[in-house]
Order: sequence, then structure tokens, then C-alpha cells
Amino acid sequence: MSPMLRDIGYLALGVSAVLLALTIFGDRLRARRHKPDPAIEVFMTRVDSWWAMVILFTLALLVGQLAVVLLFAIASFAALREFYTYSAHSKADHLSLALAFYIILPAQFLFIAFDMTRLFAVFIPVYIFLLLPFVSVLRGSTDKFLNRVSETQWGLMICVFYLSHIPALMWLHLPQDGLQQPSGRSMLLIAFLVLVVQTGDLVDFYMGRRVGRKRIVPDLSPKTWAGVAWGVAAAALLGLALSWITPFGPLAAAGMAALASICGQAGNLILRAIKRDRGLRDWSHLIPGQGGFLDQLDSVIFAAPAFFHLTRLWWLTT
Amino acid sequence: MTQSRPRHSYPRRLAARIVGQAIVLFARAITAVHADWRGVGPSAKQRVYFANHVSNADMPMIWSVLPHHLRLRTRPVAASDYWLKNGIRAFAGAEVFRAVLVDRRPDERTDDPMKAITDALEDGASLIIFPEGLRNQGPELLKPFKSGLYNIAKARPDVELVPTWIANLSAVMPKGEVIPLPQMVRVIFGAPVQLGEAESRGEFLSRAATELATLRPEGQS
Repeated sequence: MSPMLRDIGYLALGVSAVLLALTIFGDRLRARRHKPDPAIEVFMTRVDSWWAMVILFTLALLVGQLAVVLLFAIASFAALREFYTYSAHSKADHLSLALAFYIILPAQFLFIAFDMTRLFAVFIPVYIFLLLPFVSVLRGSTDKFLNRVSETQWGLMICVFYLSHIPALMWLHLPQDGLQQPSGRSMLLIAFLVLVVQTGDLVDFYMGRRVGRKRIVPDLSPKTWAGVAWGVAAAALLGLALSWITPFGPLAAAGMAALASICGQAGNLILRAIKRDRGLRDWSHLIPGQGGFLDQLDSVIFAAPAFFHLTRLWWLTT
Repeated sequence: MTQSRPRHSYPRRLAARIVGQAIVLFARAITAVHADWRGVGPSAKQRVYFANHVSNADMPMIWSVLPHHLRLRTRPVAASDYWLKNGIRAFAGAEVFRAVLVDRRPDERTDDPMKAITDALEDGASLIIFPEGLRNQGPELLKPFKSGLYNIAKARPDVELVPTWIANLSAVMPKGEVIPLPQMVRVIFGAPVQLGEAESRGEFLSRAATELATLRPEGQS
């Protein structure tokens, strides 16, 4: 058994053990109540969704790089559809949006699948930034033009460009590997990022309501400074414990995890503001108990690019 | 279900089933369409779903969100001049959707459209109808309803008339566009509308239209 396979196995076993504990915990709570309790049912639906995500993701890791890219491309499609359902656009943007879904999104993930790092980093922020507004302006309608083109670009930046940095992590490799083919071990960095960021969110969610006093944005979100601090600390701790799947040392792994968690929580607030502006509670219904793909992935999406570039920077300087 | 409809050969029926499933899959892939059973639940009661009509994809959307066992006994009422235009449409209309085809051109038709509708109800089928008649491409929310809905309410008071709002479908394929744009679509089922004892045709139709329009989610078409 290759070390890579062994590590995927350990990781899957560890996460499954945690989920199993949560499932048993929820079942016992459920058994103690005489009537169904909605809070417990929501919790159990969420745990079921996590099971589904963990199983899907583990299978993708086992199949290989292309499967991982495909999985995130599908998530990106669903997220972009949620975003564009509520973004400002008119009939004049029909072609631009169709291009975003059918050409730009697949192209971005193909660049990732074939490790074209230089291209994937500039494609959407440089070339598409120019192309899509041009396609829209050709239709001649200038009504709310700036709103329309900016929201279209924002959707692509979040749901495609930012999100695509998650699978891009698998091509990161240490400089001392030299020109060798990367061993594929960096795929585990994706698991690392997702696990630490989501754990940070969960701890913030459950602790913030207990220990926190001062809300960060009082009218928008129940997030408190103390809750976020607990979340970041938990992410760092998990990062320390998971440093064996990363190329980092223990302390650097904890630091990167904390940083990812901070970026993720900031992203969560940003997307929440957008939802509030559009009068939404959830982006969609597609993930039972969690809302939409954007609700589920929000913090990971916002953490990925910083995590990606800082990892590269770190390796260049050490 | 009916004696009047010809029974097709097994390969044709299999093809119709496969095409039907493909349409459901395609609708879900592009629009993630889902049902919001707000006023009624999905049940085997005989019903007429009456819906807003903005595009030709309306009927497949409702058809896709119905649970499979209900879909099997629900038939759309559709215009024969559209669905008999060519072989592919005739196959889709008659064999995939098992549509009740009615002629909407009063001066050319030979048979009574209400007859086909009441026959289908007599057979126990539930129906999907678009009481606006033609597709609504104007700025108004709903066009005035045609009388069919009233006639059904009068002839069959035991059948539930369920207002069905299809939300955001016009963004998927605005008039004149050919590429379907991925957008989230919802089908909202409201509480059944009943014909009042002393209610006139006009009153009933405008009340049904109001009930349908109130299902529309805010800020969306």
C-alpha cells in the first residue's frame, strides 16, 4: 500500500469516527425525546449531509486528480447558478451568463486539471473581466450596466475563480521535489483546508452563542469576537493534529489553519451581507439541512486563494 | 387508463419512458427545479393544476417535480397545432407526456375541446392546464384566464383545482434566446380554489388568477 493510500485511509477513518460519534449522539438525543424535536432533526440532517460529502470526497481522492477536479467543477456550477439566480442581470446579459456557465467555468477547471497554473490565475480576473462586459455591451442596453457587469464578474470571481483554488491545491509541491512529478500527496491539502475551515466554523457556531458578548456585525450575524477566536483556535489545534498530512511542520500547519479559518469567517460575513441584501435566508435547498452549495462552501471558498498563495510564498522563502 | 388511446408497441413505450426520464434529468441539471407544496401536499387525489405560462418549458417543469407515481396519472392539456407540427413533437406530446391535445383555433376545429378534457377527467387522470391560453410575454403578471377552468370547476366540483406558480423560469430562456441559462426554478403549489355557489364565471376566473398570482415569490418573476 502506498503511503498516500494509507494516509487517505487514516483520514477517512478518523473523520468517519467523528461522524459516527455525532450520529450516535444525535440518535440518543432523539430517543430520549417523546416528540420529534426540530433542532435535533436539523442536526441529524446536517450529519447525514456530512456523511454524504465525506464519502463522495474520499471516493474522488481514491479515483484521482481528475475526479477531484470534476467534483469541484460540479460544485462550482451549482454555486454559480445559485449566485446568478439572484444577481442583477437582464435579457441583454443572456449570452454573457451562458458563456460563464458553459465555456468559462469548464475552461477554468480544465486549466486546473492540466496544471496550467499561470493561465488559471489570470484567465478570469484579466481576460474575462474584459470579455464579458464587452459581450453584454454589444446588445446595446445600458440600463443598470455597471450593476449588471459587476455582479456578473463577482459571481465568477467567487463561484469559479476562488472556488477553483481548492482543487488547485493538489498541484502545489515542495521546491525540493525539484522537477519530479508531484506525488499527488498535495491532494491531501484539500482535505486539510476543508477540515480545518469547517471545524473552525462549527466551533464558532456552537461556542459563539455561549461565550461571546460583543457581536462583530450586530444586525447581520450572531458571530461574536469570542466565538471567532474559539473557532480559529480550534482550527489551529486541528491543523496541528493534522500536520502529518501536510508538507508543513506542526507549528506552521497550526498557523496556516488559523489563517485559513480567519479568511473563511470573513468570507462567511461577506456572503451573508449579500444574502441579506437580496432577502435570502439560504441560497437554495440543494444540500439537506445546510441550504445551498454556497451556504455550505462559503468559508472554504474564501479561504482557498489565500491558503494557496501563502503556501507557495512560504515554500519560496524557506 | 383509457380505451380510446392506441396502445403502442413495447419499444415505443420504452423509448417514451427513457425520453421522459431524460427530460426530467435535463430539467434538474439546468434549473435544479423543486416543488414547494405550500397549500397542498403531493397526493393521489384527482386534481387540475393550473399554472402561469411564460415558456414552452412550463409544462415539463411541473411534470418533472411531480413524484413519479403522480406523474404517471397526470396529463397536460396542450395545443394540438403545436404538438402535432412534426413527428418529434407528436411523439413527445402524445407518448412521452401523454398530453390531452385540444385545438385552440375556434374557427378551424371540429371537436369540442371541453369534451377531450372532461373525457380525460372521467378516466381518472389529473391534468395540467394553462388558463392564460397563449404564452404570456408581456409585462403583466397574468393574462386574463380563458373559460376552461370555470367549465371544469362547474362540471367536476369534486376535482381539486390547484394554483401552480412556476417561478423564475422566464430567466432560463427569455423570448428569442436559444441557450437555456442555468437558473434555480421553483414550482409552488397553492391551496385549491373552489367555485362558490353564486359565483359568476368572471368572478371565479379573476379570483383564481389572484390566488395564483399571490404565490409568486417577491422580487422574482
